Amino acid sequence: MTPPDYEYLRKLLKDQSGLDLSADKQYLIESRLLPLARKCGLSGIPDIVQKMKGGSASLLTQVVEAMTTNETFFFRDKVPFEHFRDMIMPEIIKTRAARKSVRIWCAAGSTGQEPYSLAMCLKEMSASLAGWRTEIIATDLSQEVLEKSKAGIYSQFEVQRGLPIQMLVKYFKQTGEFWQINPELRGMVQHRQLNLLHDFSQLGTFDVIFCRNVLIYFDQDTKINIFNRLQRATEPDGFLVLGAAETVVGLTETFKPYPERRGLYRPNEQRAAKTSASMAPRLAAAAGM
Amino acid sequence: MKTCLVVDDSSVIRKIASRILEEMNFRIIEAEDGAQALEACKQQLPDAVLLDWNMPVMDGFDFLINLRRLPGGDQPKVVFCTTENGIDHISRALHAGANEYIMKPFDKDIVAAKFQEVGLIAQPV
Repeated sequence: MTPPDYEYLRKLLKDQSGLDLSADKQYLIESRLLPLARKCGLSGIPDIVQKMKGGSASLLTQVVEAMTTNETFFFRDKVPFEHFRDMIMPEIIKTRAARKSVRIWCAAGSTGQEPYSLAMCLKEMSASLAGWRTEIIATDLSQEVLEKSKAGIYSQFEVQRGLPIQMLVKYFKQTGEFWQINPELRGMVQHRQLNLLHDFSQLGTFDVIFCRNVLIYFDQDTKINIFNRLQRATEPDGFLVLGAAETVVGLTETFKPYPERRGLYRPNEQRAAKTSASMAPRLAAAAGM
Repeated sequence: MKTCLVVDDSSVIRKIASRILEEMNFRIIEAEDGAQALEACKQQLPDAVLLDWNMPVMDGFDFLINLRRLPGGDQPKVVFCTTENGIDHISRALHAGANEYIMKPFDKDIVAAKFQEVGLIAQPV
């Protein structure tokens, strides 16, 4: 891959998906895009670049999808789901006792393992949620992974990473070598295509937002911008759950870490307006305004 | 150091599984079938058993039933590791007291995930 081709792809991925590749990630592009080139009958990355410069919208979508990391598994990292089961939901059950509804957003739902893990957690506590309206919205940039999520069909390999065997027996149906999550759980999750760089205010506000292992791919200004908008999408007494390698600390005061609960944050209302205002000129400058 | 009894009639599988588990700091004891494994357990109960299903002399399911009847036999965590991948087999194993179930083929990540699930190794921080 020539340096100009790399720079072209780097800029394009940044603009389209927020993916912030450092100068030494040629290997990543090659490992993801060479299989795509073969699939499309192209000879290599220079061909992909040439075709994209010619304005191929379908190839652009495929390139962005191929470069978006989709690694995920059921109950990934375990601890966030313990927070959800042992602390977040018991508090929500108390504070929303009158309205009896909870809205949860998986902001990088990928192929469905995270939203379905949350759906399983809710099913396991169904005795406490009798008469409740539960909504799980799973969004992702990639339509292809959302389709997989909707189908809820997983390989033997996928169901063995993180999913306790009792849950597999209880919530999945075996079809040959594959396992499909049961219709009731599939019905608990709504799917929407969404680019986190774009406005997501139309989704409304949520009691719980899982936004894990996606912000690590964004640069600092993009992260701050997303945190500000996530803050507006979180109920004042709601929760934000980030990935193990992610934090708001040192970036923004729109959320504050929850004591003794790694990866768990709550909106910091007092700071929200101030931080948003102070960031506006910086974001405008970053956007070339 | 925790001990893991690796029970499989295939020496290749025993070798691969042992290598993975040694990397997780287990001391390994090997057995070729359920009867050998049961004898080993009567001498000293391991912390964990990685257990094949289909084996000569005594299969994994019968071994599990016998193990759970031994004094203290409810203590070892038993993780099946087998090509019997049907839901009927999985349900039978759980009903008989298995703690987890690996469907072959397996790799290091799957063994680690299952051993974490039953508390044999710590969650990564």
